[in-house]
Amino acid sequence: MADVSLRKVIKRYDDVEAVRGIDLDIADHEFIVLVGPSGCGKSTTLRMIAGLEDISDGDIMIGGDVVNDVPPKDRDIAMVFQNYALYPHMTVAENMSFGLRLKHYPKAEIKARVTEAARLLDITDLIDRKPKQLSGGQRQRVAMGRAIVRNPKVFLFDEPLSNLDAKLRVQMRIEIKKVHQKVRTTTVYVTHDQVEAMTLADRVVVMNKGRIEQIGTPNELYHKPATRFVAGFIGSPAMNFIPCRLEDVAGKLQIRLTDRIAFALPPARAARYNALPRNDKLVLGIRPEHLTESHAHLEPGIETFDTVLDVTEPMGMETLVYFGLEGTPVCGRVNPNAGATDGAPMRLAMDLNNMHLLNEETGAVL
Amino acid sequence: MADVVVQQGRVARTSGTRKRGSLRNALGHKSTVAFFLTLPLILLIVLLVLYPAFYSVYLATLNKAMTKFVGLGNFTFLFKRETFWMVVKQSCIFAITAVVFKALIGFIVAHFVHNIPGKKQRKWRGMLLVPWVIPPAMSTLAWLWLFDPSYSAFNYTLSFFGVGPIPWLGDTFWARFAVILVNVWYGAPFFLIMYLAALKSVPDQLYEAAAIDGANWWQRIWYVTLPMMRNIIAITTLFSLIVTFANFDIVRILTSGGPLDTTHLFATWAFQVGIQSSDIPLGACVSLFMVPILAVAAIFILRDVTKRGNEA
Repeated sequence: MADVSLRKVIKRYDDVEAVRGIDLDIADHEFIVLVGPSGCGKSTTLRMIAGLEDISDGDIMIGGDVVNDVPPKDRDIAMVFQNYALYPHMTVAENMSFGLRLKHYPKAEIKARVTEAARLLDITDLIDRKPKQLSGGQRQRVAMGRAIVRNPKVFLFDEPLSNLDAKLRVQMRIEIKKVHQKVRTTTVYVTHDQVEAMTLADRVVVMNKGRIEQIGTPNELYHKPATRFVAGFIGSPAMNFIPCRLEDVAGKLQIRLTDRIAFALPPARAARYNALPRNDKLVLGIRPEHLTESHAHLEPGIETFDTVLDVTEPMGMETLVYFGLEGTPVCGRVNPNAGATDGAPMRLAMDLNNMHLLNEETGAVL
Repeated sequence: MADVVVQQGRVARTSGTRKRGSLRNALGHKSTVAFFLTLPLILLIVLLVLYPAFYSVYLATLNKAMTKFVGLGNFTFLFKRETFWMVVKQSCIFAITAVVFKALIGFIVAHFVHNIPGKKQRKWRGMLLVPWVIPPAMSTLAWLWLFDPSYSAFNYTLSFFGVGPIPWLGDTFWARFAVILVNVWYGAPFFLIMYLAALKSVPDQLYEAAAIDGANWWQRIWYVTLPMMRNIIAITTLFSLIVTFANFDIVRILTSGGPLDTTHLFATWAFQVGIQSSDIPLGACVSLFMVPILAVAAIFILRDVTKRGNEA
């Protein structure tokens, strides 16, 4: 068990900076997820913590000790790889005990640890099989078992669920969470799947182009994104971004989306945005669930407008509706019984209490 | 694929043209189709392998003039000759020593080449393959000059160190050393290229997993590289053992079996006895002795390959 700290960590490949000065503090027992699109530097960061990649600059500390030049085997970490990386010629038990055998642990202790880990992961029956005889999900469990028996300071997961089908992925996600609740080892988990990040993490680190965009709990990232990138990356379907500008009408602040559509801002929002220059190019960020069907008793701050739907996608518990606002594609989520049909006009309601206002140039959330 | 096609054909046929013949029925059987598809290869093997093999068995049972059937007479005659047992011994020494060194050198060099980055690696690979692509008869001639006792580069170089001159091809030990050396030089690139391919097929993540598990350099080779390569190692070794055991050109050109027949292998001795001394039945008899020895080696090595094939 240990905390992990990254101080201005940089990774350069020839002229390209893959990781551009990352600062990150991971507390003991914490489950941290690094998430971002491919090429954002998240895997490189994980591999630098593991010691599989040298760092070009900065410091990495595990348990308070700088480990920049410590080889992977001496960092007391365990890693689960995307393609499991099980030794094909060894049985499940041999795979799990390999690290302990190399360190010359007593046989009895090795056996006890392997048995315990196998019980925890529900793979006791598979212990004498070779990896080839296992399904993808079982291999993933064995890979986790190999990490658990070592009882390391830190677990590192490199996109461990990417090779599984959708159903198994959901199942294994829950398994990983359960395992972490039991063993409480500090965990760094890399994924490109924001749902995995949201569901697993104590805190999520959103990365983009080698930098950290935002660090926060899943709820913080969802409700208070710091940048347009985070706002667009977290949440599915993604947040809508609609060009807009602020204007004063009869002493009240309102937001204009199109020539036809403009809404008065609710008082709390008006106070917050009042100081902004009126002519700046702004972007309204609104999540699909805050664009719903209109009904008779609307709460304050919810404004309605009429539009014509392009496409509807019935999902069962909800229906996604797609329409355009002056060329900008917008998605809303309506009740399946609200009567949304392709090509039909519909009155929608926008919840401005949950709106975000972004600077178009900098992408910062205002 | 073939299965599917045949099955579909059968279904389609049942409705209409049942009358039209036994040929179609026969073709409908998977095994019949398979037989006809492999027939060209079977014919080739019969023509080029089975016929000569049986013919040499037949030859081996004749007397020197090839006029009388003598049964196993040639074999019992061979067993009594000291030279025959020396050839057996030298063939084994030659094949085993050469294969071991080829495998070792191939393995080590493959690791070096594997660690050379990108474009440079292609150049090195090309250069290191040169011994293997030169016709061995030609390259062995060059070696023959290098081994010349009076004018050779080897002895000239050694003279600066006060060593020699060494009778490279005139002394039993050095002659055996020389033929093995040339065979290793010629054959190591084959091992290199096979091992390099095998190395490239080992996923990097296995090494990374091993590095995190605490394996040092040697343990990574022992627990990851070697187990992942063992099928290739087994097949390459078997293949090379057969080819080396049956070697002809290197010994023929360098020593012609000398001095005093001490470097003869089965092939060169069979040539000398059968062609040069005009005792074709005895020559055939000598060459037949390679079969049981190689068969035993093949069974042992390939048995392991099938066993391991199921797990990897």
